[in-house]
Order: sequence, then C-alpha cells, then structure tokens
Amino acid sequence: MAPRTPGADLPDHPDRLWRSADPESSYDVVIVGGGGHGLATAYYLAVNHGITNIAVLERGWLAGGNMARNTTIIRSNYLWDESAGLYEHALKLWEGLEDELDYPLLFSQRGVLNLAHSLQEVRDGVRRVGANRLNGIDAEWLDTEQVAEACPILNTSPDLRYPVLGATWQPRAGIAKHDHVAWGFARALDLLGVDLVEGCEVTGFERVGDRVIGVETTRGPIRAGRVALAAAGHTSVLADTLGLRLPLQSHPLQALVSELLEPVHPTVVMSNAVHVYVSQAHKGELVLGAGIDSYNSYGQRGAFHTIERELAAAVELFPMFSRAHVVRTWAGVVDVTPDASAIMGPTPFEGLYVNCGWGTGGFKATPGVGWCFAHTIANGEPHPLNAPFGLERFTTGALIDEHGAAGVAH
Amino acid sequence: MMLIPCPWCGPRNETEFHYGGQADVACPGDPHAVSDAEWAGFLFFRDNPKGVFTERWMHRSGCRRWFTVRRDTATNEIHDAGAHEDEERTVTV
Ligand SMILES: Cc1cc2nc3c(=O)[nH]c(=O)nc-3n(C[C@H](O)[C@H](O)[C@H](O)COP(=O)(O)OP(=O)(O)OC[C@H]3O[C@@H](n4cnc5c(N)ncnc54)[C@H](O)[C@@H]3O)c2cc1C
Ligand SMILES: [Zn+2]
Repeated sequence: MAPRTPGADLPDHPDRLWRSADPESSYDVVIVGGGGHGLATAYYLAVNHGITNIAVLERGWLAGGNMARNTTIIRSNYLWDESAGLYEHALKLWEGLEDELDYPLLFSQRGVLNLAHSLQEVRDGVRRVGANRLNGIDAEWLDTEQVAEACPILNTSPDLRYPVLGATWQPRAGIAKHDHVAWGFARALDLLGVDLVEGCEVTGFERVGDRVIGVETTRGPIRAGRVALAAAGHTSVLADTLGLRLPLQSHPLQALVSELLEPVHPTVVMSNAVHVYVSQAHKGELVLGAGIDSYNSYGQRGAFHTIERELAAAVELFPMFSRAHVVRTWAGVVDVTPDASAIMGPTPFEGLYVNCGWGTGGFKATPGVGWCFAHTIANGEPHPLNAPFGLERFTTGALIDEHGAAGVAH
Repeated sequence: MMLIPCPWCGPRNETEFHYGGQADVACPGDPHAVSDAEWAGFLFFRDNPKGVFTERWMHRSGCRRWFTVRRDTATNEIHDAGAHEDEERTVTV
C-alpha cells in the first residue's frame, strides 16, 4: 500500500465564507457568543422557525473559543434517558449535516471505545451499553480480544498497570472537523441574512424590571426581542451583571497534538481510569486530551503536570506513541456543572434564555443544541428534549448525573 | 505551574495541593429550616468570578492543612493571603 500524504483528504482552504457585519440597533433575537452553539441556534431559528432578523455577537473572532479548541469527539452513549434523547438527536442531525449545510464537515463515524480497567468500570460499562440499547443507541460491550481487534495499536496485554478489561463500543460515534462545522453554519447564516458580528463584547443587559430588552456592547447598545446566551466558559461573567446565579465553575481544559503521522489509529479511544483520550485527525496528527485542571480559571492555559500525566497514560496504552512529538498544546475555558450535564432553558428574566454548562463535552451536541435552543427561544418554552435540562433541576433535585459517561470528559 | 503559598510550609508547586473551591461556604445549621432554594444554593451554587477569588487549598503532600488563598482567576496572580481578612472580597453575591 502506498503511503498517503498527510492532509491529502482535506479540501483547499476556503475563500471568505461570511461577511463580518456591523451591528444594527435592534434585532428580533440577539445571541451572545459566536461558537458552535450560538451559530447552530441561529441556524435553526432561521430554518425551523422562520426567524432571520438575528445577530450573533462574538467578542473575539467567530468560533475562536472552545469551538476552535475542542478535540471533536462525537458520540451519544450517555447513561440517562434525558441525555440519550438530546445527544442521540444531535448525532442523527450530524449524520445529515453535510448535506443540510452543503459544506464538507469531514464527519467520520469511526467509532469510540470507552475502556474499562477495573471490575467496577466493567459493570458500569455493561450497564451503560444496556441503557444505550434500550434507548435505541448503537452500543456493544467488547471483551479484551475484541478491543484489540477494533484498535490493534492499543496495548491490551495483561501486564499493564491498569489492564484493558473490556470497553463499550459505539460504532456511529466519531469525529468531525470543528472549524468546518463553524464555517458551514456561518456560511449558511450569511446566506440566510443573519448578522454575524465579530469583535463585539456584551458587557451588560438593558432591562425593564425583570424583562431583558437588549444588550450593552463594546459597539453600543443593541435592542432585542429576545436574548440568548451561548457564551460557554464566560456565561457566569454575563449572568453576574444581572445578579443571576448559575451553578457553574469555569476551569481550564487542555488538549494537544503530535506532528503529522501516517494513519495508524483507526478509531477513538477514551479511558476514564488512566485519564486520556486519543484520536487521529484527518490531517494525521494525534489529538490527545484529558480532564480539566482542578482550579477555577478564565486563563486559556493549564498546568504542565496535567499534560505530563496524560502523556504517561497515552504511552502506556499506545507504546508506539512514545516516538511521537508534541507539537502544540492549548486550553479552553469550560463551564462545568455539578451533575456534568448542561443547562438549557428560560431564566427568571423574561426574554432571556440560557444555554451553558456543556463543560468538556458540548461539541458533539452542537446541532442538537441549536435545534432545541432555537425551539426554546422561538416558543418561550423548552423543546421536550431539553425540558429536563432546566435550571430548576438543581432546586428540585432532578439531577442528570453523567459523571460516569462524561468521564475524562468529552 | 503555580506556586501556592502554604501559610505553614511556604510557596510550593501546585502539584502538592488539593483544590477546595470557594471559601466561606457555610452549611446551614438546620437543613430542615431552610427552603429548597437555599439548600440548593449551599449544595450547588458557587461564585465563579473572573477576577479575585477567595478559595480553599489543602497541602495534600505536605502539612495536610487547609487554608485560604486569594487568586485572580484571569491571571493566576496570588494576592496577599495574610491581608485578606479585612480586604473587600470581589466574589459575586
Ligand atoms: C480542550 C477542549 C477539548 C474538548 N473536546 C471536546 C470533545 O472532544 N467533544 C465534545 O463534545 N466537546 C469537547 N469540548 C467541549 C466543547 O468545546 C464545548 O462544550 C463547546 O464548544 C461549547 O459550545 P460553543 O462552541 O458555543 O463554545 P465557544 O466556542 O466557547 O463559544 C462561546 C463564545 O462566546 C463568546 N463570548 C463569551 N463571552 C462573550 C461576551 N460577553 N460577548 C460576546 N461574546 C462572548 C466567546 O468568545 C466564544 O467564542 C472540548 C473543550 C475543550 C476546551
Ligand atoms: Zn503546608
């Protein structure tokens, strides 16, 4: 077999796909945050609900936050029915999104292995596979030999410090090219006449009593029929200006890539126990991540020991990676909730809607978030799929605890 | 890497510490006497400022004692821990 040129599958770099708009003085809907979630929400507001008088306000450049920094793992094998509903809806949308947006997203359904290294993890994994199947989600339990078949470069020998005892396997899971997803939505939004306003930071809200009627920005005040927050790691900063308390903590989350290598890694492998996950991007770099840095931070950087530990785990699981070099590390700011599930819905302020708390794993949900959040904004009440994810669950106690399935995260 | 100032052992590498989140979170004395919202506030809601945060750290690999640090969450700059008693706290309400 002739070696493939790394990057040979990638389309050429596109020309400018959207105009960077100047803000008007008023819109039907203002979305704060031009990451994947803000863009997808604007898209489905336009396409599903016929609302196009929308501005997406982004303080930096479009999709330069976590959308530019994530490791692009897409899967729907979460434990609880509520999560299964939302993530599987998203995965189904991913399966048609290239056609929908008429743009190459490099969505590659290469499957994900979630490894188990202890008896407890085996039990949890088998249980999760059962729960997934009851929810119509493709899931299988693989024993050690089957894991070795699915990913031959994985060290499945019994003398590992934490041997691989089995894994959950979701064949329809995979990766996509995050920038292309943002560009695909942005291009479609531009054609639909939606204003994408870059370099426009929202600094506060205009209110009449408990009703939000607009936003204050670094480019002047903007009136809005409805305001929707999709600001990820910075949501608390915005909510604080209203005195609205949210159960969020912002943490650094790091990732890294190796140099470009020939295709060696056929799937996505994640391990909660040894704390690392790895896939190989289309271009050829190994993409690795781990858990959050422990402390609250808005600095887009984390500590070196986090990287050192994840690389130690990676080399133990994939001995051949010991010769690869780290060429780049970076971090994003992720908004983590107490139950590792997102918050999406209305707020105590009329006309203000919030989508946040996606923490370490919201890329996979991008089209599903857009679909459900757009419904919430257009109708003033949640879509059935995001109804369980409201802010009130922290008071009623109806938490959606996904710490197991969110795991190392992502 | 951050240097965390342990009041007993001096500044040490952050790898020696365990993070405890927001300081001064009081557990309601009588859980039955508070509303669901107040109980939720205690369990789940913490300040999350971009700026100076008053937080707990524990010197896990050292003296194993808990203490309070004031750190800027945007820059990681550590503010004088000794002076924090009378300084205004910029955590949100
Ligand atoms: C290292 C890393 C790896 C990850 N890996 C995965 C993964 O493999 N799979 C997965 O599913 N998820 C992953 N995630 C999580 C995922 O990236 C996020 O959950 C998701 O991107 C959040 O939605 P978003 O795209 O809208 O966020 P963002 O792209 O962060 O969008 C929010 C935007 O709001 C803007 N903003 C903030 N405040 C203001 C303001 N006041 N005014 C105007 N604009 C503002 C920001 O600049 C930003 O562009 C990862 C995250 C990180 C950091
Ligand atoms: Zn000490």
